[in-house]
Amino acid sequence: MTTTLPEATPAADDSKMWTARLRRSWERNLPPDKLLPDKQPAYVASWIYVFGVATLAALIVIVVSGLMLTAKGPSWYHDSSLGHFVNSLHFWSVQLFFIFMVVHLWGKFWMAAWRGRRAMTWITGVICFLASVGTAFTGYLIQTNFDSQWIASEAKDGLNSVGIGAFFNTENLGQALLLHVCLLPLVVGIVVVIHVLLVRKHGVVPPLDYAASSVAQSDQAEVSS
Amino acid sequence: MIASSVLAVVENPPPYLSVGGFSISVPNAIVIGVMLALFVLAIVVPFPKDKEES
Repeated sequence: MTTTLPEATPAADDSKMWTARLRRSWERNLPPDKLLPDKQPAYVASWIYVFGVATLAALIVIVVSGLMLTAKGPSWYHDSSLGHFVNSLHFWSVQLFFIFMVVHLWGKFWMAAWRGRRAMTWITGVICFLASVGTAFTGYLIQTNFDSQWIASEAKDGLNSVGIGAFFNTENLGQALLLHVCLLPLVVGIVVVIHVLLVRKHGVVPPLDYAASSVAQSDQAEVSS
Repeated sequence: MIASSVLAVVENPPPYLSVGGFSISVPNAIVIGVMLALFVLAIVVPFPKDKEES
């Protein structure tokens, strides 16, 4: 005697659960081939398109070196040779991060990168830039050396003059430290992830003259990335 | 301590470039110059062709 189990009937994917709606939205907006593409449009073969990912690469070095500094503490990065090296790595990767980000910003500004429903991509980039300025500034404040004291004193006058000195005291080392190693990196990290996902969703913005050029007529010319 | 840090900076200021009422420290001018150079080079320098394409 044999018995057969009833076949499981696949449920129609029309559940109203928030998890199902989120899954359907993710699959609609970011299918795997958009999320991890292996080809890019031909116009991406230009150095000006490299600076976004160069900024990301610098950010990864910043985060990794920052985690090492956080784990070991000031006495390590002020007094040991390896600590000095990691401290310098953190500092110089920030300089490269800002240089790459500014060139990326100029490139995107002059090609009006907010075209084609990319306004939120542009806005998240602006937020990321401002949050990065705040993160870098608090980083200068927590160097615990003469330079950081000079910067804190000057910035205190500046922030007082614009009326926000009561909310952020640059000479409060604990506040600056926690902002730098916790809150602001969290903001930068979250906004960067949203920014990159939006780039993947809408695609890389084409140059201004692309739509009018004869290349655009064939439209699908692609090169391996 | 703060007074001594202020003195340390004031006694060793970076060189400044001044044109009329505008002034900028040489280190800042160098960084801005590097960014401008990178921007121009990124536009004019040709991107290497993919091996599969050539």
